[in-house]
Amino acid sequence: MTLTPVLTDTWDKDRSWRLATYERAGGYAGLKKALKTEPADLVQAVKDSGLRGRGGAGFPTGMKWGFLPPPDGGPRYLVVNADESEPGTCKDIPLMLASPQHLIEGVAITSYAIGCDHAFIYVRGEVLHVYRRLLNAVEEAYKAGYLGKNILGSGYNLDVTVHAGAGAYICGEETALLDSLEGLRGQPRLKPPFPAVAGLYARPTVVNNVESIASVPAIVAKGADWFSSMGTEKSQGHGLFSLSGHVTRPGQYEAPLGITLRELLDLAGGVRQGHELKFWTPGGSSTPIFTAEHLDVPLDYESVGAAGSMLGTRALQIFDETVCVVRAVSRWTDFYAHESCGKCTPCREGTYWLKQVLHRIEAGEGQDSDLDLLLDLCDNILGRAFCALGDGATSPITSSVQLFREEYQAHIDGHGCPFDPSASALFAYTPKTRTPGALAGAGAGGH
Amino acid sequence: MTVTTNNPTSEAAPVELVTFTIDGTEVSVPKGTLIIRAAEQAGIQIPRFCDHPLLAPAGACRQCLVEVSMPDREGNVRPMPKPQASCTMTVAPGMIVKTQHTSAVADKAQQGVMELLLMNHPLDCPVCDKGGECPLQNQAMSNGRADSRFTDVKRTFPKPIALSTQILLDRERCVLCQRCTRFSEEIAGDAFIALQDRGAHQQIGRFDEGVLGFAGEPVGPVDRPVGEATNDTSGRPFSSYYSGNTVQICPVGALTGAGYRFRSRPFDLVSTESIAEHDSCGSAIRIDHRRGQVLRRLSGEDPVVNEEWITDKDRFAFTWQSAADRITTPLVRENGELRPASWVEALEIAAAGLTQARQAGGVGVLPGGRLTAEDAFAWSRFARTALGTNDVDQRSRVHSAEEAEFLAHVVAGSGVGVTFGDLEQAPAVLLVGLEAEEEAGITFLRLRKGALGGGAGGRTGGTKVFAVAPYATRGLTRMNGTLLPAAPGTEAEWLTSLTTTLRGGLSPADAPTSDIDTSALAQPGAVILVGERLAGSPGAYAAALGLAEATGARLAWIPRRAGERGGVEAGLLPGLLPGGRPVADPAARAEIAQAWGAEVPETPGRDTAGILAALADGTLGGAIVGGVELADLPDPAAARAALDAAGFVVSLEVRASEVTERADVVLPVAPPVERAGSYWNWEGRVRSFGAALESSALPDHRVLHVLAQHFDVDLQAASPTEAHLSIAMTQRNAWTGDRLTVEAGAPAEPPTIGPGQAVLATWRLQLDAGRGQDGEQFLAGTAKRPVVRMSAATAAGFGAADGDRVAVSTQRGAIEAPAVITDDMVDGVVWLPLNSAGCRVHDTLGAAAGDLVTVTVAERTEGNAR
Repeated sequence: MTLTPVLTDTWDKDRSWRLATYERAGGYAGLKKALKTEPADLVQAVKDSGLRGRGGAGFPTGMKWGFLPPPDGGPRYLVVNADESEPGTCKDIPLMLASPQHLIEGVAITSYAIGCDHAFIYVRGEVLHVYRRLLNAVEEAYKAGYLGKNILGSGYNLDVTVHAGAGAYICGEETALLDSLEGLRGQPRLKPPFPAVAGLYARPTVVNNVESIASVPAIVAKGADWFSSMGTEKSQGHGLFSLSGHVTRPGQYEAPLGITLRELLDLAGGVRQGHELKFWTPGGSSTPIFTAEHLDVPLDYESVGAAGSMLGTRALQIFDETVCVVRAVSRWTDFYAHESCGKCTPCREGTYWLKQVLHRIEAGEGQDSDLDLLLDLCDNILGRAFCALGDGATSPITSSVQLFREEYQAHIDGHGCPFDPSASALFAYTPKTRTPGALAGAGAGGH
Repeated sequence: MTVTTNNPTSEAAPVELVTFTIDGTEVSVPKGTLIIRAAEQAGIQIPRFCDHPLLAPAGACRQCLVEVSMPDREGNVRPMPKPQASCTMTVAPGMIVKTQHTSAVADKAQQGVMELLLMNHPLDCPVCDKGGECPLQNQAMSNGRADSRFTDVKRTFPKPIALSTQILLDRERCVLCQRCTRFSEEIAGDAFIALQDRGAHQQIGRFDEGVLGFAGEPVGPVDRPVGEATNDTSGRPFSSYYSGNTVQICPVGALTGAGYRFRSRPFDLVSTESIAEHDSCGSAIRIDHRRGQVLRRLSGEDPVVNEEWITDKDRFAFTWQSAADRITTPLVRENGELRPASWVEALEIAAAGLTQARQAGGVGVLPGGRLTAEDAFAWSRFARTALGTNDVDQRSRVHSAEEAEFLAHVVAGSGVGVTFGDLEQAPAVLLVGLEAEEEAGITFLRLRKGALGGGAGGRTGGTKVFAVAPYATRGLTRMNGTLLPAAPGTEAEWLTSLTTTLRGGLSPADAPTSDIDTSALAQPGAVILVGERLAGSPGAYAAALGLAEATGARLAWIPRRAGERGGVEAGLLPGLLPGGRPVADPAARAEIAQAWGAEVPETPGRDTAGILAALADGTLGGAIVGGVELADLPDPAAARAALDAAGFVVSLEVRASEVTERADVVLPVAPPVERAGSYWNWEGRVRSFGAALESSALPDHRVLHVLAQHFDVDLQAASPTEAHLSIAMTQRNAWTGDRLTVEAGAPAEPPTIGPGQAVLATWRLQLDAGRGQDGEQFLAGTAKRPVVRMSAATAAGFGAADGDRVAVSTQRGAIEAPAVITDDMVDGVVWLPLNSAGCRVHDTLGAAAGDLVTVTVAERTEGNAR
């Protein structure tokens, strides 16, 4: 299988982020065509293309748009979820950095299709450079007449607001994002009502991932059939595969869904020289880990699911045999404990506990009962939490204990980690020792 | 007594039922019922923390997880992949629910959540106020593991922090269910506390610079007011009149009351259901006491009155009843000094003195507005039969003849009229002379519930609230209310203008101009609520009646004091006998004479002002006074002089007062907690309560009963039961004769406002210097500080800026307080709290609402210098 550069097509051009570069490569042909099309036909085209949400859940994008109630004269909103924060996931941020006009054209087409005249892009707060680039890109688009009043003479008006979050993973959850965008504390909302019925400011709202929206212009310009000719039967089109970790040429590889890690590793020059694959994530830290056994699993929604994980955000983190799985999982768990919003008990308290147990095991202070405790705690969190954050926190733990139980046990039996952490680094690295005080009291894991 | 309950006027719509199965039992419940509520109806208790029936579902604690199976489109019942929160999911036809009783998955999920909740909990139950009545404790026993597997380090916080002087927060105990923040936002509209930080560090807090990491002083020591109050309510810690409810609904010991903290164990307490005495709402309360001492009060549950909420005043202000100045024995004056006396001696002296006073011109009767219904009828009968006078008036406040006629015409003997439930459902409510949050706190909560409510009862939106007032208060704003701006004394103009416009007429050119859409007030079900302050606005009561008659709106009178509605029913007014019967009507007198077995004097008597004037000039020979604070009267100095001049004064009081200082005989009476009785709340609902504490103190009706025996009169009020029967004698037939008509008082000349002058607007705040709040320092710490409100234009006229200390003065005295520029306030008006600490308007200024005052800048705040 070969690469299919669509979103990444112009990334190697000089000043790829400029509107002129985008236009030279045929940009905004989709919007020009869309503005001469009935909105309903655009929705149908996206339905026909088979585009599924690229944010991780894989919900059919066109169907999501179709859930909006009929227009009632009041406002309806498009909100782009650009709060990319999952460990390992790094596709939307490079896309917005290298070629933001893909997203902006997609926003314009989608807004026109769903009858929205004010769209929002909610960007992760920490990525200031991306925020600035988006602001500039939106400004360029306004000046060129792709946004604002009477777009390209069509009579259609659209305003786009780029909003920077304040640095919370939970705001990638769509309802928490909406609360945060409204100026409230970012915590997930009770559903129903779903955003399609009562979303931003209690109005019908479509919330889509950056890559989903950025994929729309090409679908409109080149047709739904072109898009669905790529990929597998139920996972159609192209997608960004982000390879990171112990891989020779890490980066973004845009390919049809259904490509395998083996093929991707071939394109990326293989695992770090002299080393072999130990485990990997198919879709970010929230997806159960895979091993070399799964190298030939087609990376589409169905096949990855059938193999016991999730395609997620196609964040392929590659870990070679130098990596201690306990250490890696412990770091991910630190992340979830830090990012748990605190709304519900299982996630808030559970991640706090899991983190301490993993730290203990890694430090050689684990007990024989700890592995069963970890699995049982995960069982008490998975499916019991308010939103998917709690579920995601359990995935790496449950899957790694299943796959590498003897490695965990070795930490307990040997009263310490059998790995040399500096061996997995690409550079000279002396690991910091954890001080026991880090666990104590109110400051535990403080941020 | 025969009081009809309010029958719902509209036919109840047939309830659509949904049938589902829970733990193997088929149950039908109304559509839209949450699983957790449906389970309760089926007798199945699902453990919960965040769920509260009066708050919107949150689904935060996850303690109530159950297994749910749902029929799919083909009707095949399929289990849902995850356990569901039963507090957020409504039942659906054919649904199968398995709780912890029948599902191992649900049971394990609940035990897992409980283990997680207890993990960071301090388990300091032995020193926790909640221990023994704690849902966490109870449900940990019923739905938790026997042991915890948590051996790691607990998250800790310094504790407690003071959210206000009366509400303390122990963050370690908190399970973050958000009941308190949801109550504050949804019910009270006082969102002064919120979630802060995240993850395991998430905590409830107010705007606290120390916790939030803002620059500034760290949190002060605990158990002490934190920080100085600012000029008004904004920015102060948890400044809510309803904050005590958060302590009660907290399912753990995280929120505690400063006054009760570490004082008691729930299992040592005896609980008595009662009725709150601080306002006319008749809120159900629970009094918890131990060995003759009240330790705390909680809200009772009464869905038709106060639901499950009470004001902080009703909750915390109870120490007045056991204050050090309680009068415990009868006192008689000898050589100018009061000395203890036996009941026999004191009653003999009182009877002799009153008899003599009656012969020397008559006895004025001032029973006060805080009596139970039993007392009120006894006072009324005592005045008419033992003393042979109609010189009786319960109103120790601004009052008018127009008001007495209005009460006789509209209120007396009208049974249950407008109810709390009606307020919630009304399309529109007009408030005149009434600031609901300050003067009838629970009424405010119901009005707000209606205002924020959706289309219940076929409405297209919530209740539209209008208020005729000099400025839009925070209370009105929180009800999304509309201000009909009126200077004090001009309320009648608004009401007359509304009458004209709602009838479709054109309002006269000089009417208050308005482009406000008030048409909702003409819709069926609209309500007009008038407050006692209208007595100070000539013509306003009559105009309110006129508006009600013109539009068909229902009219209700909401006094401040708990006893005033009962007093109206009992005839504690100079022209009124029980049941709305006019004194001047021979048939009315005959009916009462028959009930009482004694003649009733023919001539309508003097009102409070008339009685005081007659005492001062010696026309009356003496007085018998109940629970009256002289400082509450519009002219306290004149009242003091009148009692000083009176030939003979008998006082029935709980505690030493300015009246007892001037009395010749003081007869001690029981406070509500030590007696049984009934309050007649503003709805007209009789709210009976029993004695919480055993006591030898006697209620008013018993004292008057014995005193009457010296006049050879049987008052038939020796016991609560006899007093009740005695009331019933006057209630057997409703009065069908003519009622008093309301004659509008002569409109006062609009005052000419000179330079440096303004018209005074004033009313009482819920928490102020009232004697009913004595002895509760933690509550007092949350009272609003006195400010002078005025519009920007008015302030400019005085050369005053926001924050400047200004002096409001009359010839009698001056009050200083910071000026607060208030948006949309009527120009030429200044507002002061009537009776707050350092701001005793009647006493210091001798002025009342509508009077002219002079305003000068006393001291400029820094930065305001010009």
